[in-house]
Amino acid sequence: MTISIDPQKTNNKSLQPKGWLRYFSFSLDHKVIGIQYLVCGFLFYLIGGTLASAIRIELASPMSDFMPRDVYNQVLTLHGTIMIFLWIVPVVNGAFGNYLIPFYVGARDMAFPRLNAVAFWLIPPSGLMLVSSYFVDGAAQAGWTAYPPLSITTPQSGQIIWILSVLLLGGSSIFGGINFIATIIKLRRPGLKLMQLPMYCWAMLGTSLLVVLSTPVLAGTLILLSFDIIANTGFFNPVLGGNVVVYQHLFWFYSHPAVYIMVLPAFGLVSEILPVHARKPLFGYTTMVFSIMGIVVLGLVVWAHHMFTSGTPPWMRLFFTIATAFIAVPTGIKFFNWVATLWGGKISINSAMLFSCGFIINFVFGGITGVALAQVPFDIHVHDTYFVVAHFHYIVYGGTVFIIFSSIYHWFPKVTGKMLDEKLGVLHFIITFIGFNLCFAPQHWLGLNGMPRRVAEYDPQFQFVNQISSLGALLMAISTIPFLINVFLSVRNGKNAGDNPWNALTPEWLTSSPPPVENWEGEAPLVKEPYGYGKKIS
Amino acid sequence: MTTLDSSKEIQKNNSEVNETHEDFRMFGLITFLIADGMTFAGFFAAYLTYKAVNPLPDGAIYELELPIPTLNTILLLISSATFHKAGKALLKDKNSDSQKWLFFTAFLGIIFLICQLFEYFHLPFGLTDNLFASTFYALTGFHGLHVTLGTLMILIIAWQSRINGGRLNSQNMFPLEAVELYWHFVDGIWVILFIILYLL
Amino acid sequence: MLNNKIYLILIISLVFAISFWIGFNVNLLPAEASINAPIYDELFKILFITGLIIFIGMTIAVIYSLFKFRKRNDQMGDGIALEGNLSLEIVWTIIPSIIVLLIGLYSYNIYDRMGGMKELNHNHEMMSSNSEKIWAGISQTSDNERAINNLSIEVSAMQFAFLFNYPKGNFISGELHVPVDQKVSMKMESKDVIHAFWVPEFRIKQDIIPGQPTILNFTPTKVGKYPIICAELCGPYHGGMRASIIVEEESDYNEWFNKNKKPEVNL
Ligand code: HEA
Ligand code: HEA
Ligand code: CUA
Ligand SMILES: [Cu+2]
Repeated sequence: MTISIDPQKTNNKSLQPKGWLRYFSFSLDHKVIGIQYLVCGFLFYLIGGTLASAIRIELASPMSDFMPRDVYNQVLTLHGTIMIFLWIVPVVNGAFGNYLIPFYVGARDMAFPRLNAVAFWLIPPSGLMLVSSYFVDGAAQAGWTAYPPLSITTPQSGQIIWILSVLLLGGSSIFGGINFIATIIKLRRPGLKLMQLPMYCWAMLGTSLLVVLSTPVLAGTLILLSFDIIANTGFFNPVLGGNVVVYQHLFWFYSHPAVYIMVLPAFGLVSEILPVHARKPLFGYTTMVFSIMGIVVLGLVVWAHHMFTSGTPPWMRLFFTIATAFIAVPTGIKFFNWVATLWGGKISINSAMLFSCGFIINFVFGGITGVALAQVPFDIHVHDTYFVVAHFHYIVYGGTVFIIFSSIYHWFPKVTGKMLDEKLGVLHFIITFIGFNLCFAPQHWLGLNGMPRRVAEYDPQFQFVNQISSLGALLMAISTIPFLINVFLSVRNGKNAGDNPWNALTPEWLTSSPPPVENWEGEAPLVKEPYGYGKKIS
Repeated sequence: MTTLDSSKEIQKNNSEVNETHEDFRMFGLITFLIADGMTFAGFFAAYLTYKAVNPLPDGAIYELELPIPTLNTILLLISSATFHKAGKALLKDKNSDSQKWLFFTAFLGIIFLICQLFEYFHLPFGLTDNLFASTFYALTGFHGLHVTLGTLMILIIAWQSRINGGRLNSQNMFPLEAVELYWHFVDGIWVILFIILYLL
Repeated sequence: MLNNKIYLILIISLVFAISFWIGFNVNLLPAEASINAPIYDELFKILFITGLIIFIGMTIAVIYSLFKFRKRNDQMGDGIALEGNLSLEIVWTIIPSIIVLLIGLYSYNIYDRMGGMKELNHNHEMMSSNSEKIWAGISQTSDNERAINNLSIEVSAMQFAFLFNYPKGNFISGELHVPVDQKVSMKMESKDVIHAFWVPEFRIKQDIIPGQPTILNFTPTKVGKYPIICAELCGPYHGGMRASIIVEEESDYNEWFNKNKKPEVNL
């Protein structure tokens, strides 16, 4: 077998625009595509965050006074959809996957560069379509879960546009998944064994399996839903004899794995970051690999824990309780291994490290509330309340978003050749950490005491706690300022980073920063021990 | 075990390059078909659940006629075999034979579609009549879409395997193999569909 | 070495002590007003304490390592090249498995005590036609089953209100009145989209699904007025879809009931 580049593609590359303009082109270079994903995702994060701020402003007072009630529902639907499908999923998969995976497998590009570019370029139009649906006839307003019959009876154009963009985004994610699987399995540098790959490859392999197996089911479901809306069929419409619970099963068959699609890559990224800054090998490589695969398998059979109150037979509730709770075991293995990686290291406490440790703490908290939610009797009381909102923000924000920031601090020197400013970075971390906990910790109490989610008005007794939460959201919004300043200043006149500022051993650091078009000037290096800290002199 | 750096070398080893590419293009296709299969799996699951928990209103039980779908099953199975023949012929560089077999396969595909449409027009129920009707049309329609796409692709590769100026030969089999795999997949789905929808 | 072990044991017992103290002294739940509630709160306490132990333990471990093993200015080079430890891995696979399993069994027991595992009573008096599929929420039966004259109420939910039909009295009310300490059995159905019936003080919730009646039983234990909250997004006024449940002494209830009762109308 040979490691090779499609000759045609090489030609294309030399024809492509240089400089910053290439980020606006149909580029086939995996590094350019990775950055495209990241920047595009971040812009949507700002939009989604603005919507979240609108939610928190509305909820600062118990009356529905900041915006009309149906607009509130549109805002929360768009917030959820944008954050999941246009920020978290494209960034932890698309952005970092595209940038890092070819380096990690010792290739010069992804297996299917053209498919890769197509997958990215599906995202901006569908995202813009989704956002602009607000200005047409009102955006979708049935929540990101789009449960029928509500989604059938609300204004149709918004819901149809929502379905269309989610279908396109799902397609993008399937194309990406196929590409990652093929790259990791088939495009590995000769001599590189699977068990020598950096952990992020394993995480992406697991994630992509989930994408390939579950996203199509969502696509099929949404197609049926759109028939119900346009063609007046009755799949999920009880008036016409349909069954609304079937939709929920199909939806969660995708959307539970989707939460692991959002977090497994983050697990991979943190496994890359911790060893570098702790100067120690990743603890328990083999068990880490098995736990990823364990999460993939278990993740496919736990979906009904979102439906404990929707009328499921008792045996089903019992099965899904046990299966769900058992996900804590492989996940726990990973967390213990990370702490063991820190243990006895020589830890540089920098922004990347702080965000990673923040991730560990927040995620453990969110995971534990998750295990509680998995218990049917517990879930019956708190289902569809702010307790659930708190649970998943602890995981998606406190977990995945923290890791995205951590990764940006870690790989910024790789991408630009410049260092980010540490002082601003630490400031960013402190404000984010405080704001985040202030915003979401009180929501647990709200949920337990009787505040349902997705409401624009609530019992006045909850006002004070909601205001604390809104204050936290304000801090989170403020925390983006030092970050953005940091990035802009550093891109222009940051300290020169050199090729390998962290003295890291993973393959992406063994080339110049920023890397040349084909990743390496000469042959790709064969890195058999990506975590060999303490063994070699580095 | 070479790594190709300069474009010159790439040109020299062009065939080798193609070989390695072929390998994982097929792999990618298989992954895609697994994904596609999951869409059908979702539909089947929905259909079976409906059947189990949502009994049809009285008087709405529709018997499906078996002759046409049985004929269709046979057509598709034969077409899988003829496609296989086309591949074998191309492997021996008998392009015109291969082309003939391909046209025949496409012909069978078209007959399948015509029969399907015929069945649609003669069924006693329409898309929105009841849950069973809707699921029936959704499943067969989605499958029919696959057959249509497949037939178009077969016609394209048949055109490409023409003797003068065609791109397909025993050296460049990938397009044919890819479409063939896809076609077998569509056949397989039909068999499952036939069993679940018509026989159960 | 021995010193280290003592410290470890000390810290672990401290973590346990703190968690138990918080678990027993911090009340995060609303008042208990049904026989479900104390059972639920028992489960909550166990989950809360276990969770706290794991969370505080992990947090201490992370922060401690950050301080203890931080790189001092004069230090060069790497940490120890420790790549794994099989016995440790086994330990932290088995301990969480056991915890999770015990919690699962325990919550099964709780759920059973709440009546969730009871197969739906097929002789349910409100079960109208055989073809109709009814799904159960919690179908609890208390030991002191006083409810021979089972309080049966039909709930219908619509955008954006609950209506409570008392078939025995042949009237419909917008407020749910029930006598204290008696088992209430509700059959719930929605007229349009999915809603949910939630009374936080009772710790019960059940979706109200169009085309799919559900059963929910409960026994209130405390006189008072509690909110009924719709917990499933059902449209713009979802947040305003509330009603009240009024638990009163039997005599008060009867008075209210008789005041509203309407004579049987023949159709
Ligand atoms: C990235 C996203 C993500 C992740 C990773 C998870 C992870 C988990 N989630 Fe979460 N969840 C969501 C995102 C996520 N969730 C979202 C978005 C929703 C709401 C959807 C909606 O309705 O809109 C939701 C809702 C949700 C529900 C439904 C609640 C309801 O609507 O009523 C449940 C119930 O079981 C649940 C459980 C879990 C569990 C058990 C895990 C586990 O994987 C967690 C495992 C991790 C740990 C437990 C911590 C580490 C482990 C240890 C330190 C070992 C020791 C621990 C023990 C022995 C307990 N989640
Ligand atoms: C997946 C990722 C994700 C992320 C990162 C977030 C981030 C945040 N979320 Fe969100 N959330 C969801 C996913 C996510 N959320 C989902 C899936 C739902 C459920 C939706 C549903 O029910 O259907 C939800 C629902 C949800 C609710 C419940 C709404 C309800 O039920 O009524 C709330 C309420 O507080 C909330 C708040 C927030 C806040 C304050 C943030 C903050 O962390 C955001 C912080 C970021 C910023 C504040 C951005 C800063 C930028 C600016 C302020 C703009 C500046 C502009 C320019 C420079 C142009 N979210
Ligand atoms: Cu009814 Cu919400
Ligand atoms: Cu889930």
